[in-house]
Amino acid sequence: MAAIVANSLGSQPPPTAAPRATHDPFWVRWTLTAVALLFVLFFLVLPLAAVFTEALRKGVGAYFAAVRDPDAIASIKLTLIAAGIAVPANVVFGVAASWAIAKFHFRGKSLLTTLIDLPFAVSPVISGLIFVLVFGLQGWFGGWLAEHDLKVIFAVPGIVLATTFITFPFVARELIPLMQSQGSDEEYAAITLGASGWQTFWRVTVPNIKWGLLYGIILCNARAMGEFGAVSVVSGHIRGETNTMPLHVEILYNEFNSVAAFAVASLLALLAIFTLVLKAFIEWRHAASRR
Amino acid sequence: MNPAVTFPQPSRRVLPGFGLSLGFTLTYLSIIVLIPLAAAFLKTAGMSWGEFVAAVASPRVLASYRLSFLASMAAGLVDVFFGLIVAWVLVRYSFPGRRIIDALVDLPFALPTAVAGIALTTIYAKHGWVGRWLEPHGIKVAFTEIGVFVALTFIGLPFVVRTLQPVLMELEPEIEEAAASLGASRWKTLTRVILPELTPALLTGFALAFARALGEYGSVVFISGNMPMRTEIVPLLIITKLEQYDYRGATAIAVVMLVASFLMLLLINLLQKWSRRYHRV
Repeated sequence: MAAIVANSLGSQPPPTAAPRATHDPFWVRWTLTAVALLFVLFFLVLPLAAVFTEALRKGVGAYFAAVRDPDAIASIKLTLIAAGIAVPANVVFGVAASWAIAKFHFRGKSLLTTLIDLPFAVSPVISGLIFVLVFGLQGWFGGWLAEHDLKVIFAVPGIVLATTFITFPFVARELIPLMQSQGSDEEYAAITLGASGWQTFWRVTVPNIKWGLLYGIILCNARAMGEFGAVSVVSGHIRGETNTMPLHVEILYNEFNSVAAFAVASLLALLAIFTLVLKAFIEWRHAASRR
Repeated sequence: MNPAVTFPQPSRRVLPGFGLSLGFTLTYLSIIVLIPLAAAFLKTAGMSWGEFVAAVASPRVLASYRLSFLASMAAGLVDVFFGLIVAWVLVRYSFPGRRIIDALVDLPFALPTAVAGIALTTIYAKHGWVGRWLEPHGIKVAFTEIGVFVALTFIGLPFVVRTLQPVLMELEPEIEEAAASLGASRWKTLTRVILPELTPALLTGFALAFARALGEYGSVVFISGNMPMRTEIVPLLIITKLEQYDYRGATAIAVVMLVASFLMLLLINLLQKWSRRYHRV
């Protein structure tokens, strides 16, 4: 009691017992930090460094030759097409789903939220398999598609569908909790003041959710461009036609063309680094705006 | 008339777009997710019980369940142990490069699994950066069960760290101060006060890492060597059956995995609910 009074007058130094109780001794700090850093070094830094080292093993010339190879360029194009369709589709879905779930009350809402997360629980291989079962030659629509000379499986549409399934929850998952925490007061105000529904959405909602939306988009895009298992099942591995970048990496690697495999892989690794940097930046912005 | 009744209530009538947004959500969800998933279950419904059991319980399939389950379990446990240390260091201490390490924890989310797979294989192969130090001691990692475990540990780490970090940040220092002022040693405070607080988050992180590891394919196929009965994981077996045009066999195994994943999803939801209630008190 006396200590507290004395302290409030500023005549005594703060008690030293409290910091010692909640802070670890120096050797504990040092050991734990070293263990954490070593683990991160072995499991995260080394794989990343290996990608670039292996890619440049035979010099810059071999690296660029591998990246400029026509099959590599075709795989880059296909990856851009798949992500270019899957990501916008899932953005529209994510915005619609979060609007319905965050702004309205209806029965079965928690069931719907769980169903949206479902693709995260499914193995990538199974995500590809189910589209084979629907659109493959022996699948539900297989006969009809063959009659009309349409190809989904072992062709680009199958790759787009599998990519869309795999990245389905990313945007919705970011936006639902964000819009729920923001509430609807600003939207009510806009509507009351005479704005139309679309005006309210574009002028009030979108500016409020833009960082969360961007966050969802970059994570969705990273997964869309890097997906391997699901795409592998539906692609058919036709060189220059149905190989995305990760599939092209696999083929080159299995042909013992290690430098070319790691060269294409290094482009995907650069995408991953770019994603992490942008993600850290958005988190920093978000923390700054909350402060 | 009572004025309180005529006052506009914030209900679904005020904001527009309920029908449009929910209608679109349900249609899109059905086309992309629900109908394709139903196809897997309907395909196996056409099999007889004997056929189904023969497909999902042959010795080779049982060996792959065993490997997938045990390697995912081991990887999840190692992730919990080191993930707790990494999260603790990131939240409690400050050191140069902390923010870079923090960002790097998400690498397994951002790096395509095939890239991680070939990189890990190169590192742990005979002449690789780590493999060359382990092989002389008789420890083979690449193309063995240990390789599967290493790849799954890589994949699972961010789940544990990202689940623990917010809980650690919200842990009130007063509780630790109280424990210390009542005479508890730092070790006792850790084991009796801090760890019990973290239990729901640790379990959730483990379940998330374990669930992801069960289904993982890309990072494992390169390092595992894919020897039947020894280093074949369940997703690889599904691909093998598909390549042999055994669609029924592949689907039957997929249904077993799907049921396992849905049970994990249910468990994770319950754990998260528990953890939320636990921390509100």
